[in-house]
Amino acid sequence: MKETAFITIDHKDVPLESEKNLLELIRKAGIELPTFCYHSELSIYGACRLCMVEVEGMGLVPACSTPPSPNMTIKTNTEEIRKMRKIIVELLLANHSQNCHTCQKSATCQLLALARRLGVTKIRFKNQSMNLPVDESSPSIARDPNKCVLCGDCVRICSEVQTIGAIDFAYRGAKTVVIPSFGKDLAKVECVDCGQCARVCPTGALMPKSEVDDVWREIHNPHKVVMAQIAPAVRIAIGELFGLEPGRITSGQIVAALRAIGFKRVFDTSFTADLTVIEEANEFIRRIQKNENLPQFTSCCPAWVKFAEQYYPELVPHISSCRSPQQMFGALAKDILSAQLNVKKEDIVVVSIMPCTAKKFEAKRPEFSHDGIKDVDFVLTTQELGRMIEEAGINFNELGPESFNLPFGFKTGAGVIFGNSGGVSEAVVRYLSEKLTGEKKENYEYRSLRGESGIREIKLSIGERDYSLAIVSGLGNARRIIERIKTGEGHYDFVEVMACPGGCIGGAGQPVYTHMMVRQKRTKGLYENDRMLELHKSQDNPYIQELYDTYLGEIGSPKAHELLHTHYRSRKRIADEDMYISYSDRAESLEINVCFGTSCFIKGSQKILRGILDYINANGLKNKINVSASFCFEACDRGPVIRVGEQVIEQCTIEKAKDAIKKEVEEYV
Amino acid sequence: MNWTLAGLKKIQSDFHAWQNSVKHRVMVCAGTGCLVNGSMKVYDAFVKTIKDAGINAVVELKKEEDGILISKSGCQGFCQKGTLVTILPENILYTKVKPDDVQDIVETTLLKGEILHRLLYIEPNMHKVCKGTDDIPFYQKQKRFVLKNCGLIDPEDIREYIAKDGYLAALKACIEMAPEDICRAITESGLRGRGGGGFPTGKKWDIARLEEDKKKYVICNGDEGDPGAFMDRSVMEANPHSVIEGMIIASRAIGADEGYVYVRAEYPLAVERIRKAIKDAYGLGLLGSRIFGSEHTFHLHIMEGAGAFVCGEETALIASIEGKRGMPSPKPPYPAQSGLWGKPTVINNVETLSTIPLIIREGAERFCEMGTETSPGTKIFAVTGHVLDTGLIEMPLGVTLREIIYGVAGGITGDDGKIMYDGFKAAQIGGPSGGCLTTEHLDLPIDFDSLKKVDAMVGSGGLVVMNKNTCMVSVARFFMQFTQSESCGKCVLCREGTKQMLGLLDDIIEGRATEETLELLEDLATAVQKGSLCGLGKTAPNPVLSTLKNFRDEYIDHVIHKYCPAGKCKALIKFTIDENLCKGCAQCVKKCPVGAITGEKKKTHRIDPKLCIRCGACMESCAFKAIKGERP
Repeated sequence: MKETAFITIDHKDVPLESEKNLLELIRKAGIELPTFCYHSELSIYGACRLCMVEVEGMGLVPACSTPPSPNMTIKTNTEEIRKMRKIIVELLLANHSQNCHTCQKSATCQLLALARRLGVTKIRFKNQSMNLPVDESSPSIARDPNKCVLCGDCVRICSEVQTIGAIDFAYRGAKTVVIPSFGKDLAKVECVDCGQCARVCPTGALMPKSEVDDVWREIHNPHKVVMAQIAPAVRIAIGELFGLEPGRITSGQIVAALRAIGFKRVFDTSFTADLTVIEEANEFIRRIQKNENLPQFTSCCPAWVKFAEQYYPELVPHISSCRSPQQMFGALAKDILSAQLNVKKEDIVVVSIMPCTAKKFEAKRPEFSHDGIKDVDFVLTTQELGRMIEEAGINFNELGPESFNLPFGFKTGAGVIFGNSGGVSEAVVRYLSEKLTGEKKENYEYRSLRGESGIREIKLSIGERDYSLAIVSGLGNARRIIERIKTGEGHYDFVEVMACPGGCIGGAGQPVYTHMMVRQKRTKGLYENDRMLELHKSQDNPYIQELYDTYLGEIGSPKAHELLHTHYRSRKRIADEDMYISYSDRAESLEINVCFGTSCFIKGSQKILRGILDYINANGLKNKINVSASFCFEACDRGPVIRVGEQVIEQCTIEKAKDAIKKEVEEYV
Repeated sequence: MNWTLAGLKKIQSDFHAWQNSVKHRVMVCAGTGCLVNGSMKVYDAFVKTIKDAGINAVVELKKEEDGILISKSGCQGFCQKGTLVTILPENILYTKVKPDDVQDIVETTLLKGEILHRLLYIEPNMHKVCKGTDDIPFYQKQKRFVLKNCGLIDPEDIREYIAKDGYLAALKACIEMAPEDICRAITESGLRGRGGGGFPTGKKWDIARLEEDKKKYVICNGDEGDPGAFMDRSVMEANPHSVIEGMIIASRAIGADEGYVYVRAEYPLAVERIRKAIKDAYGLGLLGSRIFGSEHTFHLHIMEGAGAFVCGEETALIASIEGKRGMPSPKPPYPAQSGLWGKPTVINNVETLSTIPLIIREGAERFCEMGTETSPGTKIFAVTGHVLDTGLIEMPLGVTLREIIYGVAGGITGDDGKIMYDGFKAAQIGGPSGGCLTTEHLDLPIDFDSLKKVDAMVGSGGLVVMNKNTCMVSVARFFMQFTQSESCGKCVLCREGTKQMLGLLDDIIEGRATEETLELLEDLATAVQKGSLCGLGKTAPNPVLSTLKNFRDEYIDHVIHKYCPAGKCKALIKFTIDENLCKGCAQCVKKCPVGAITGEKKKTHRIDPKLCIRCGACMESCAFKAIKGERP
């Protein structure tokens, strides 16, 4: 047997195991070295300089980037080190917004915590923060560069884990900032709203965008019926905000808290998760039978859907057309509950409580609103609900559990495990294993589908066929799997993708955590919740059956399609705003877009634009038509391209354009 | 013998035959300094005038032909006196040549064989007229080893480099020497990196050589960024093939088959010359597969940097080549283990690489004859500031500051540019990362280790000499301003620390400082020095720390007595009007932005010290020198 090597840390011998750097070893020894830029999930960055320790013979070294070697002697608390740490925190504070009292992060701000821990009682340096504009363009994330400590955690998680790179460093020296490319707003770049940047941000520089005030406003409005739906992953995490263990199931307390806040009805998104299972599994069966659009990708995660629309638009037909459980719920609530409760659709306010920031983006997708009424009106993250509970003065831990409202509050365990990576697949498999064999199964747990790894490939035999599944969490892993499929290395029938590592339980709307252990406990909590429930298979949910019988008709019926399915689009081009060339003052005008992308421009789109404008002027149509120059219809080989109303005209000539306009105007007016 | 050696020898003999066939050779300096002084106009004038005189003007050697060969050379080092024109074989150096002088040079020197005295350099101390580099103290006292051929050959003609025994060392390395032999030779020479760190080059190569990886890289660091330093640019412009040859040898030594020359885009001429040199080297089979018929393959690319100072740091440079933001990464791993694209990579600076062929060709022993025991060889210094002759000076390591300043650079000058006896105050060595040397260091032999002992460093070799009228706090502020705006912004201590140090220095200079400011400045400087991520951050506080150490009294004067001994910090000056000199012209009244000056016309004016913001505008406007800055 090999002899264990030791390292002396502050006069204590610590066995050297598989630690890759001194920081891990020192933390193992129970010394909480301060850091900003170290995350075990990310590459070593070495920028915050807070983890400097003294190694005999080497002097001061950063613990994060120094590999341990046997017989090192380390000191972590010398006068020099303490002095340096204080100076570092003082320097950061001197370059930091001083609005701590109103900062929503103040309770979990690592900078504030460190200042307290290190005994920084005075900032000896002048405040030099630059007062930069705050970016609130994104529906999901608010970016305040004045609170940024430039640790680069957000930059690395976005590029290394999610392989997106929506934000990066720009400029030098004291002017260094983290910004989206070309200084654009976050809403106008490739950001998929997953919010992992906000999850790792040690300060309030990146935060889930709050909708708390909007929700309060609706609650206080007597004409509105405000109802909540709660996502699975919320129930095992919100307790952390009130000092409870991660993974502790608090569904009953959440229901009670929401009622106390003023919600009229409290439902469970797990109910529509059950519904998703039925629709998505049947969609899968149809695809298997026809052998088309395989593998089928899941569609529950809006960040993943946007990711696919941006980078792999060719995969759009492969994504399940099922709406996410959040949006299924919204559609049902507005449609069915408004009738049942005899309340106008516009007076029903659906508020989702989600572990997720991308759900805020999803709720605002144009596909999910009709006649100006959104299916889901507001999305609160777990963190935001926690703040509302605090604001309302509710003692969460003392609350007696209450039950969800029926019918949409009843769920099976299959709908609950949706919050874990692998949960959707397992729920679908629970359905398929009975549907495809026609047998009732005793067992409902498929442990082979569970696990912590970001890419899991599983082969399952159901009935007479073998099925190949891939379960992926983290968008970088999704990219890897897709590339494998494209090169022919990977063959799958069903691929589940969750944008956040670990699935929704690790979402960016969840309480801030720093230890990986928290994620494991939450996962365990959801599986436990499944076990506690009476039913475990979506097909056994009596209210789902009733919903089909009384309202939706058959699975995949037109009504089901209207309310439960959706469509996607290519976002390969990040749309730059159209340039309005000529507009009418009437609301209902014919829209004409002329492509001014490079290729169409070279092929003469400017001449066509001029021809169209001349035609409009000559025929007195100025008040009936809006003309804009647009950017790229993605048909560069068939340009110039214009769009007249809904009609896209390729290889357009002035004559073709005039004909189309004439026809449209006649129909229109 | 093998065919390539014969090939090189053939090029050599052909070139010599061609060169001997011309009567005179006119070398017009086409280094950046002379170029901006209009040397291309001088060049064109030579071509035209010689043609007009009915003589064959040879601009490129093609075959044996009679006439006068007119060549563009790389930097001849004496940039202050540009445009420089050297006439060979007589070795006459004409300085400050203008296109109008060309006719005279052609008639007097090229046709009559006489020297045109008015264009010769006159040594100002002894008023000695110097015919050529052999007479000029600036050149005479140098030991031009790496720079030997700079300015004497046409950098765009590979044949001339070969004619001067170029590429023989690369051939020797590829054919006769095993990789370990090369590493050993370099180790034995004791060569240390000329870019700043002074790390033993042979050792660096050996680490990379022993890495077991099929893919390795050699990178030439030409991202010279120290203010005032331009030795690397000069070498790349004047002798690009020496760099390439050094890289071929390095690649052979470590087993690399690919390399990059990283040059900042602000050096367009260097980029152009290196690019042409690479192309010509490929043309002769000196780069590419099976160099000299050996098994060795080496492909060389050029990479233009975007002019970030920090990209001179090797890990940042690698990130930049990889297309990432140029920011340093923590070491370990070292580039020699895991560098470009994660492969073992050797990065050497331009001057280091161009020294390599000389060591291989002439032997380690010859190299060790120069310099000191721990720092053998020569070093090029870019001397600037308050000295008579600024420019590039190559000296053996171990030389004293006195020798450089008084022996080569002609001594200290005052603010008027004239000799200032006993005027030396300090010299900043090693650029913004270096330290200050004072009168007590004038006789200190300069080498890597001796400078470290006095908290300075050789660095890239920048040497800013300052006279007694210099305010050392302002000097520290100047360098701090530089490092602050060039900090990459990655690590907290460098990014925020330099910003706050700059703020504290501003407080001192502008009269807001207290004793605590000084204490805080020192604490902060020490923290930045010890805690920063990369070498540039660690050395950023050096100008502050070394001026604090050597000129503490000056800081105390600023902070406690609110007085700038050099009279440079305007906020610390009390402006008064000398009644004997004031003519009451009211010019100062017009210039004063705050209306602090009053007085009747043609009578003595006075300044209200309470209103005065000490901007100094009045002093500049006074034609009678009546306004004086005094110690408050």
